[in-house]
Amino acid sequence: MEKKSIEQLEQIASQVRRDCLRMVHAVQSGHPGASLGCTEFFTALYFDQLNHNSDFKMEGKGEDLFFLSNGHISPVWYSVLSRSGYFSPEEMKTFRKLDSRLQGHPATEEGLPGIRIASGSLGQGLSVAIGAAQAKKIDGDDSTVYVLMGDGEQEEGQIWEAAMYAAHWKVDNLIATIDLNRQQIDGPTEKIMDLIDLRAKYESFGWTVIDTLKGNDMKSVVEGLEKAKSLTGNGKPILNLLHTEMGYGVDFMVGTHKWHGVAPSDEQLADALGQLPETLGDY
Amino acid sequence: MENTLDLKFNYTEKKDTRSGFGDGFLEAGRKNPNVVGLCADLIGSLKMGAFQKEFPERFFQTGIAEANMMGIAAGMTINGKIPFTGTFANFSTGRVYDQIRQSIAYSGKNVKICASHAGLTLGEDGATHQILEDMGMMKMLPHMTVINPCDYNQTKAATIAIAEYEGPVYLRFGRPSWPIFTDPAQKFEIGKAWKMIEGTDVTIFATGHLVWEAVVAEAMLRAEGISAEVINIHTIKPLDEEAILDSVAKTGCAVCAEEHQYNGGLGDSVAQTLARNNPAPMEYVGVNDSFGESGTPTQLLDKYGLDAANIVAAAKKVLARK
Repeated sequence: MEKKSIEQLEQIASQVRRDCLRMVHAVQSGHPGASLGCTEFFTALYFDQLNHNSDFKMEGKGEDLFFLSNGHISPVWYSVLSRSGYFSPEEMKTFRKLDSRLQGHPATEEGLPGIRIASGSLGQGLSVAIGAAQAKKIDGDDSTVYVLMGDGEQEEGQIWEAAMYAAHWKVDNLIATIDLNRQQIDGPTEKIMDLIDLRAKYESFGWTVIDTLKGNDMKSVVEGLEKAKSLTGNGKPILNLLHTEMGYGVDFMVGTHKWHGVAPSDEQLADALGQLPETLGDY
Repeated sequence: MENTLDLKFNYTEKKDTRSGFGDGFLEAGRKNPNVVGLCADLIGSLKMGAFQKEFPERFFQTGIAEANMMGIAAGMTINGKIPFTGTFANFSTGRVYDQIRQSIAYSGKNVKICASHAGLTLGEDGATHQILEDMGMMKMLPHMTVINPCDYNQTKAATIAIAEYEGPVYLRFGRPSWPIFTDPAQKFEIGKAWKMIEGTDVTIFATGHLVWEAVVAEAMLRAEGISAEVINIHTIKPLDEEAILDSVAKTGCAVCAEEHQYNGGLGDSVAQTLARNNPAPMEYVGVNDSFGESGTPTQLLDKYGLDAANIVAAAKKVLARK
């Protein structure tokens, strides 16, 4: 993969945001808020960090793997998968529509290249990523396995089963990221179910934890992922606490749970796109 | 009673079906280095210890965390592994239904869900551990294959067969010692029913432990001049509809015997098949909308009506409805 500059990655991110908004707007359904909040992460991962093949094979031997646990932010994933060569950007037109491979939540059944597990029912992705990481270890495959979870998702008990297991089995080829935007559907996480100190929780479970404090700053996100990668192989699973703002990049969407699962109107879309340069060409 | 009957199948030894799983699992592991094992703190109960000892690098103790175990199994398939998960049938299904649904069945992952201590014959532990709904839950999941073998030999053969089959499988077996009456060298064909005894008056479709009871029931019926056909339905899904319809076309009525609720089990699958193709009188031998309780396996089979005598009674009842 040709190394891209931070400026080039930022340009891609702008297009990814446009893709997310246009997909959700076209079908008047989907989850724009956390998709926009995680755009820097997905762009940095797929265009800078992940050693992956766009010639998709489900088994993924010899390449880095990514799993999305909080599947509702499918728009941002579909956009980077498409923009990095897994399928034509044109196909984004079919998002959430009948007979589409771009299901509302990611699915393998529809055969969309780049997706290795269905997600949407929360709390399962960390376990799946651990399994893939351990399978790689059995095979002496030194690739890295990445997984993204939501912060509200940490309320699911299975996550803590998985956290305990990963440390016990020294799954140190795994980088888990939590999108720490402090929002969930019904409101701020501190009001719905206070997460208190996730760093302390994961550290007490035996993980190495880093913070990426500027989760919507491309340089910081790349540095965070590089730091996480540098910590692999040390006997502990790694957690990257990615501090983001939901709805980042669009002034009327930023920082509120109200855009968790709401589609913009025609006027709102025009306003939002006006704030985001078209860099790779709209589909 | 068995001693005075002219049985079409006999046995000299009893053994638990879970041991058939354990021995089959070890053999599957020897045949294919991609076979891996996961167990939620029940290695002894599931008879997975021999595999763990021989292949420690391919075996993972997950602790008492079944949801996580299912997710890890799904993830391991991604690098081409063939994971076998092991825990009790209750915790292999109801407890983790959503994990199986999303990460295994909907995702089309090659995971083998191996479930021991199914049904009432778990015995004294009581209803919390005696699941009677598991086959129903698993057969409702698209893509899921559901297998319920009848004895040690068939369970061993089934375990080896599912390792060679691509796709998610639910394999159900039990705890009590049970007659070994099938061929140790049998070929296990997923989805292919086995006609064990030919008959003309009534068909007995049986699965799991109740296949032996059906063998005994056939001899009891024969002693009274009634000719029963016994068909072993070891694969609940995909169901061998051709075998079912062919037999009932000849006999005109059927009894379904299983260690499971009426709702959702083999009987429902057979009833659907008959209703759509060739409606015929049918009776259920199973548990009728009830939880189990503590007791010995024999006491429980008697109390809940899951033995040869109840199959005989059901056969006479259905014959009267022909």
